[in-house]
Amino acid sequence: MDEKKLAIIATKGSLDWAYPPFILASTAAALGYETQIFFTFYGLELLKKKLNLQVTSLGNPAMPMPMPIPVIMQTLPGMQSMMSSMMKKKMKSKGVASIEELRDLSLEAEVKMVACQMTVDLFEYDTSEFIDGIEYGGAATFFEFAGESDITLYI
Amino acid sequence: MALEHDQELDASGLNCPLPILRAKKTLNGMESGKILKIIATDPGSVKDFEAFANQTGNELMESSEEGGKFIFLLKKK
Repeated sequence: MDEKKLAIIATKGSLDWAYPPFILASTAAALGYETQIFFTFYGLELLKKKLNLQVTSLGNPAMPMPMPIPVIMQTLPGMQSMMSSMMKKKMKSKGVASIEELRDLSLEAEVKMVACQMTVDLFEYDTSEFIDGIEYGGAATFFEFAGESDITLYI
Repeated sequence: MALEHDQELDASGLNCPLPILRAKKTLNGMESGKILKIIATDPGSVKDFEAFANQTGNELMESSEEGGKFIFLLKKK
């Protein structure tokens, strides 16, 4: 029986961009896919032990808001933190898993998580900040898996 | 005809993808042929469990609605 393969490249680190890779990976794994996520650039933020993911409507005109806020006000100090807290609260009240939970479920479902070595070096990340159970590799490592995968997603 | 179930999972209040993930986890600990009853409130779970059954080979024996909640009976393959 050939297992289907799913490869995801996660390049973003904000709260709204954190959900797609983990939801897709954990669901695919639950459906029997062999899944791998390659975290690069800002995606590396999603691998930190202590997550404080942020989201802002600034530059995100499609973000639904309880009331319209003029762009210039969205730039005020504290706005970003407030919007991030509001989004997290909303997720919780609607029974949507937190990123930490989705990430744990993904690891439990044996989703392989690979951190881009080059980006780690580039931004001088301290690898002790990252969660356990991840591997490090480069683009070529990723292509080894992606080249055989049935689905490859760029997030 | 009500089918007997061996284990019950209450996924009420949980939204995608949690009902499926929890079901998978619970099924992992069950013997082949045993039936898992899942209660969910997420309307998306109806289609999700159909897809789950199709793709994993665990048979969806029953899918119904009861008092605003969705009930699924999955047989472990």
